Amino acid sequence: MSYSSLVSITDYSKEQMLHILKLAAGFEANPNQDILQGKVAATLFFEPSTRTRLSFETAINRLGGRVIGFSDASTSSSTKGETLKDTIKMVSNYADIIIMRHFLEGAARYATEVTDIPIINAGDGANQHPTQTMLDLYSIQKTQGRLDKLNIVMVGDLKYGRTVHSLLMALMHFSPTFYFIAPEELLMPNEYKLICQKNNIPYYEDSNFGPEIIEQADILYMTRIQKERFTDLVEYEKVKNLYILHNYMLEKSRDNLRILHPLPRVNEISQDVDENPKAYYFEQARNGLYVRQAIISHALGLV
Amino acid sequence: MNTKYIKGELQVKALENGTVIDHIPANKLFKVVEILQLEQIPNEVTIGNNLASKRMGVKGIIKIADRFFEEKEINRIALLAPNAKINIIRDYEVTEKKIIELPDHFKGIVKCVNPKCITNNEAMESRYTVLSKTPLVLKCPYCEREIREEELQLL
Repeated sequence: MSYSSLVSITDYSKEQMLHILKLAAGFEANPNQDILQGKVAATLFFEPSTRTRLSFETAINRLGGRVIGFSDASTSSSTKGETLKDTIKMVSNYADIIIMRHFLEGAARYATEVTDIPIINAGDGANQHPTQTMLDLYSIQKTQGRLDKLNIVMVGDLKYGRTVHSLLMALMHFSPTFYFIAPEELLMPNEYKLICQKNNIPYYEDSNFGPEIIEQADILYMTRIQKERFTDLVEYEKVKNLYILHNYMLEKSRDNLRILHPLPRVNEISQDVDENPKAYYFEQARNGLYVRQAIISHALGLV
Repeated sequence: MNTKYIKGELQVKALENGTVIDHIPANKLFKVVEILQLEQIPNEVTIGNNLASKRMGVKGIIKIADRFFEEKEINRIALLAPNAKINIIRDYEVTEKKIIELPDHFKGIVKCVNPKCITNNEAMESRYTVLSKTPLVLKCPYCEREIREEELQLL
């Protein structure tokens, strides 16, 4: 495996995470540089994700690199039955780095085993999306001035939401206190609670989402509850409106509270929250650009 | 004489030199044959199955003449036959007894339970990290799914 690939958030040590965050701050101060001049990056999106792809491609373009790739597997030879291995090997002949999104879990890890150029995982099914986690960390650090000892409230689909799982793993290094707010069907899986216990990280679970919980929060991390996750649709109808954040719920919240959401949102954050200065989800998305500039430059050994 | 390792009547012909794998669960015997690729070797192989066993009810046994396995090789059957006993026979005597041990990492043998895992969709070998031996918990390093004993599916 290539040393500089990023497949899973746990590939980074605490020191590496902090280093990337520091680099990202440098790119935020000066986003247009030509450190990728003469480099070719391949963005291979076997599954479409316009938002993520544009963020990566902007990061590369602003650093003077060039981009090749595809935005949808139907335009690539994988529809002709080409194996992932062959596609990766072929593209490795042309590019200096591969950024890939795939619908199969483990695809990016496997890619690192068939090539020597760095692989950046831009999402593999429901498994990992580490650049999202790094931008979440960056947003937390930027808005709170620190990462240590924060109260993190996670709301919504904590069972299937890969962003909350990866963020939880990343925050293990920073002594947080977690509040997991989810309906019965979408509770935080046991394996993550066990990891918290092992690391002496306190956590509280509740199915009620209300102002009392929000008052405790430094970070409120909202996620979408998807209908297709429910086997019992009656149950979905019962809970779907219980995990919506409205502006009035923020009245007594802490001054430093910021609301994050991996986006896209549907209705879990009411539109009236958008004007509240504590709403941070749009800036959060922009931070992805700087973090991805940092991750790509770091993977290529250029910074 | 080989009186040391037989008690009562021999159920399968004695071996002069080679390896005896005893106490294989009867329903796993042919899988063990497959994993050790015994159908591909020219050596004399004696297979007994559904033999009476005090401890197991019925058991399987395999005797392979003139073949001595490396630990790594034999440990591949640990998931199927965790209590199997390996006896190394030289000149009709048991000269060494080995216990099977599940390695910390292994390749193949198990199918990842996640249908969306790359290992189930690409022509490649699966591989696992053993997180816990009792109870058995494996982790697929690709899709990062943990697999428990009750979900285990052999390839």
